[in-house]
Amino acid sequence: MTADLGKAELLDLYRGMLVIRRTEEQLAKSHQAGLIPGPCHTYVGQEAVATGVCANLRPDDVVFSTHRGHGHALAKGVSPRELIAELFGRVTGVSRGRGGSMHLFSPEVGLMGTSGIVGPCILQAAGAAYTFQLLKSDRVSVAFFGDGAVSNGAFHEGLNMAAIWQLPVLFVCENNMYATEVPFAYAARNTDVASRGAAYGMTAVSVDGNDVRAVYAAAQAAVQQARAGGGPTLLECRTYRTRSHAEGMRDAGYRTREEVEAWKARDPLPGLRENVIAEGTATAGDFEAIDAEVKALVEEAAAFAQASAWPDPATAQRYVFSERGGAAHA
Amino acid sequence: MREMTFVEATREALAAAMEIDPTIFVMGEGIGVRGGNFMTTLGLYEKFGPERLRDTPISERGFVGLCTGAAMAGARPVVDFMFVDFILDAMGELINQMAKVQYMTSGRLKLPMILRGAIGIGNSAATHHSGSYYPTFVNVPGFRVVVPSTPHDAKGLFATALEGDDPVFFLEHKALLYSKGPVPEEHYTIPFGQARIAQAGRDVTVVALSVMVKKTLEAAEALAAEGLSVEVIDPRTLAPLDMPAILQSVHKTGRLLIVDEWFGPCGIGAEIAAQVMDQAFDDLDAPVRRLNGAHTPTPYSPPLEAALIPNVAAIAQAIRDLAAE
Repeated sequence: MTADLGKAELLDLYRGMLVIRRTEEQLAKSHQAGLIPGPCHTYVGQEAVATGVCANLRPDDVVFSTHRGHGHALAKGVSPRELIAELFGRVTGVSRGRGGSMHLFSPEVGLMGTSGIVGPCILQAAGAAYTFQLLKSDRVSVAFFGDGAVSNGAFHEGLNMAAIWQLPVLFVCENNMYATEVPFAYAARNTDVASRGAAYGMTAVSVDGNDVRAVYAAAQAAVQQARAGGGPTLLECRTYRTRSHAEGMRDAGYRTREEVEAWKARDPLPGLRENVIAEGTATAGDFEAIDAEVKALVEEAAAFAQASAWPDPATAQRYVFSERGGAAHA
Repeated sequence: MREMTFVEATREALAAAMEIDPTIFVMGEGIGVRGGNFMTTLGLYEKFGPERLRDTPISERGFVGLCTGAAMAGARPVVDFMFVDFILDAMGELINQMAKVQYMTSGRLKLPMILRGAIGIGNSAATHHSGSYYPTFVNVPGFRVVVPSTPHDAKGLFATALEGDDPVFFLEHKALLYSKGPVPEEHYTIPFGQARIAQAGRDVTVVALSVMVKKTLEAAEALAAEGLSVEVIDPRTLAPLDMPAILQSVHKTGRLLIVDEWFGPCGIGAEIAAQVMDQAFDDLDAPVRRLNGAHTPTPYSPPLEAALIPNVAAIAQAIRDLAAE
């Protein structure tokens, strides 16, 4: 499956992936420098998935994601400033310093939340889609999750309900072959995620998750189907995380160096760049200009984050309940 | 005033709110065409249709998580669990997700949602249909917990829950569902965190929860003939809990008993006792006492089941004993 994309769209896809890549590299560096007080799960290697899917979404569409959610946040419209500041624990962070790497919330741009628990995003995405259907809106909802979530009960219950009610939702499985260090081939006898769609009577597609054009085209079809009332799609994107599960963790003993190198050779960024130049749609200069712009953007974002204030400890107990007030909710 | 049952009262509040607010929908097993196992939604399917009276597969975790997402996106779901025991399959969605959304987003997202289900021991329902579990929910920051004891309060508190922005557990004791009482026809709300003095008295304060309010009032009536004046407080909501009302009563009587069908350890009575000790130690003329259901699973056979629950005689005796201390 391919999409008919022009120069501007292709460069946008490249830029989207590059913003994620450079931000993640910055975060990895910042983690080593001790600027990130908690965990940091990077999305390096998987950028084509978030970018290719979210390029099909409107600002009022919504995304629910998992613990490896930096890429989804950026692709949905969170700025590198807000993401880096969040991991630094600063008040300017996307979750005002309440979340860190695994709890990113920006409802203003439709990022409804990432989660430290595997599975719930599938149900919540179906739920947002339920609201859209109830209110006769043509908005769509997306859940991003890994192969680890496929063996979780939420996958079964969420896909089943989305199918019986024909909800406007995309279930995007980023099959990166490992749940932390447990191979998907160990966790499931059937490693073909898309084949599970048939169990729910649901459209299901499997694509090369390192080919942003393939992801874009598959997501485009799924989004169109959902908006038109045609129901949900299970979209399996086969991809690979090329850094460790989390920064500072060992990355050995469960996969081979050869396997990692083979996937690095399929890096989605040079993949797109070389093909587009070879096809004559854009020039090396076009890409170099983006490289310079994104480099400056991320460097500025890191400086902004580091200069940002810490949250006020006096606010630590606020917002447990709605502050709408009134005697009814004392 | 006209009389109606507890279930009819909440149904009236629900139907009125659904009429006004198109974002309210109900989800649960058998709540559509069937009208609910306890008739909680009887007649509403015909009025509001399948999208707003949504029958579900047996997927408790699934539809609780789904409704969380629906609320985040702007709807007001009412999850009807039938028996609250069934909610235990959804604990992760409740505690890890739903309860934390408003806090984690600094209030940028609301989580307006009702989780209703029947609680309580009786009719040989046995151990998977007799739970109450409210201390567990009270323990979690982010939940409102409501345990009404009269049809009047059930309607007003349900209306409040439907108008708020927080997740609310609305827990209805099975022994109360078809009990009748006066219910105003007009719309009204009852603020959360406001106890009701079910009976004023001088000698002993009894805080009774849910169905125990009724039993305690019966015990108090018998004790009045013995010359003992009992003040009975129905907190109505456990989160928030109206401690000022309890403290005020203890200041007057100097004696406090908490009667609760559910478990004692780490329970509501333990929390109330600790707070009274903290804030009103000098008011106490005797130790705070608790009378709870036994800390065991719930057996089936009527004599076994009855052996676990505080009855009117046991409540009366506990009050007599406390008054004599």
